[in-house]
Amino acid sequence: MSLDPATVRRIARLARIGIDESDLPALQRELNGILGWIEQLNEVDIDNVEPMVGTGHAALRMREDVVTDGDAREAVLSNAPDTAGPYYTVPKVVE
Amino acid sequence: MMLTELTIAAAQGGLRRREFSAEELVGAHVAAIDRLNGRLNAFITVTSEQALDAARRADAILAGGGDVPALTGIPLGIKDLFCTDGVRTTAASRMLEDFVPPYESTVTANLLADGAVFVGKTNLDEFAMGSANITSAFGSVENPWKRAGDAETVLVPGGSSGGSAAAVAARLAMGATGTDTGGSIRQPASYCGIAGIKPTYGRCSRWGTIAFASSLDQAGPMARTVEDCAILLQSMAGFDTRDSTSVDIAVPDYRAACGRSLKGMKVGIPAEYRVAGMPAEIEAAWEQGIAWLRDAGCEIVEVSLPYTKYGLATYYIVAPAECSSNLARYDGVRFGRRVPGASLDELYEATRREGFGAEVRRRILMGTYVLSAGYYDAYYLRAQKVRNLIRKDFENAFQTVDVLLTPTAPSPAFAQGEKMDDPVQMYLNDVFTVPASMAGVPAMSVPAGLSQSGLPLGLQVIGRSFDEESVFAAASALERAAGFTHRPAVRAEVV
Repeated sequence: MSLDPATVRRIARLARIGIDESDLPALQRELNGILGWIEQLNEVDIDNVEPMVGTGHAALRMREDVVTDGDAREAVLSNAPDTAGPYYTVPKVVE
Repeated sequence: MMLTELTIAAAQGGLRRREFSAEELVGAHVAAIDRLNGRLNAFITVTSEQALDAARRADAILAGGGDVPALTGIPLGIKDLFCTDGVRTTAASRMLEDFVPPYESTVTANLLADGAVFVGKTNLDEFAMGSANITSAFGSVENPWKRAGDAETVLVPGGSSGGSAAAVAARLAMGATGTDTGGSIRQPASYCGIAGIKPTYGRCSRWGTIAFASSLDQAGPMARTVEDCAILLQSMAGFDTRDSTSVDIAVPDYRAACGRSLKGMKVGIPAEYRVAGMPAEIEAAWEQGIAWLRDAGCEIVEVSLPYTKYGLATYYIVAPAECSSNLARYDGVRFGRRVPGASLDELYEATRREGFGAEVRRRILMGTYVLSAGYYDAYYLRAQKVRNLIRKDFENAFQTVDVLLTPTAPSPAFAQGEKMDDPVQMYLNDVFTVPASMAGVPAMSVPAGLSQSGLPLGLQVIGRSFDEESVFAAASALERAAGFTHRPAVRAEVV
């Protein structure tokens, strides 16, 4: 599997990372280098093997359905790059 | 007395006997940081004044006598990936250059509750992604060790917990926290001639630790002795309801485990770790470690872990996939850096281009690709299945042996500028550490000796899940046999 420039552009778009056209050749080369190297996994027989999602030692726990956190608006907003009152701001989305 | 030369265990006694004050102990380390951090760049943020205030409070508690918390007055470095309440936490990224967490991570809260004093936030690879501490937005870290007869060449401290390793090796802190996703505690410990343990996944809470790859990330201690690591892990570990992967089992007495007899312990030597092209001095250090454990009463057993050779390739699918998901939160809206844009998408794209460095961007792109429609099964699902085979390798081995012994890294510390052109070459530094991360089992690096070039080499002890005690016992035996008393060229008492 080898990535062409259009695919690199598409991935960057999906990841919402801006790239310049001048970045493409190096990125394409590096990503293809990594992909070429991980191709070795294709030789492993994975028939009837379950995917490993976690280490399986922790079971999800039930707890009472009660509020355990909150009431920290100032703290939550304290690192926002821009706020308007108790809100985060973004560029206008809806015309 | 040279206070910066003490172990944590010795300082605990000295403080309680009032041989020196916490203010003197912390002051000696703060002075060392003042003198050397400009060169080593081991700390991104130094908190001297808060540390000296905390030391004076520790002295008041020590003066009261009685049952004083274990780490009272002990100066530690904290990897700048742990959120610290009111103290800037950057993950070594421009994205979080001005981020001041309004809360404390569970691991650091545990250390503070036990009286520890934080002297600063240590440097790392950006978002813990790297093996040489060269991807930090705050500059690279210098390894305090020098090749014999070469005082000029700047060596890397390893990564990603390179600042922690350099700080502890240079005696700027008595111990430090690290995090380990694929070797980020063990490999820098090996490069800097100190000890460090990645405990079992689920042993330390991940709450408040900035996430890289959530199914792999695990906090652990770094210190100059195995016993000091045991003392620190005792405080850091424990169940936490705020981390759904935290495991609710008792934390045993790790310090006591360091003194255990090894009579009858079975030590596995994995055949597959004898990789082609392994330098002779790494092989020799490994053979020496095998002999030491045999002399300590262990039975040495050859074992096979046939799938571990796929560990690194599996890691470079799983870790970037999880990273691309975790780092989606840096959007320029709720916290962290923002670069303005005419539309929301332009704001996201400009923020993430400027906020992330090249290696982080590369891993996000890789992760996005392997999770994208049409490629998920071919890459991500396949990697999760291979990961299961790797875990089963370890489970099978631990049916017959108690611990495994391997080298920690395939080389001693290399120079800044080496191995920098090809990402895959850099990734190969973690070939021996990644498999234990994939399986979630505990693993520790302990200094074993020096290379021909005069640089430290570490050996790795890997144990069963939640059996850090056997790891501490075997690592302690290696430490006693090695008698590693070498010290780096750049350190506190050398002006």
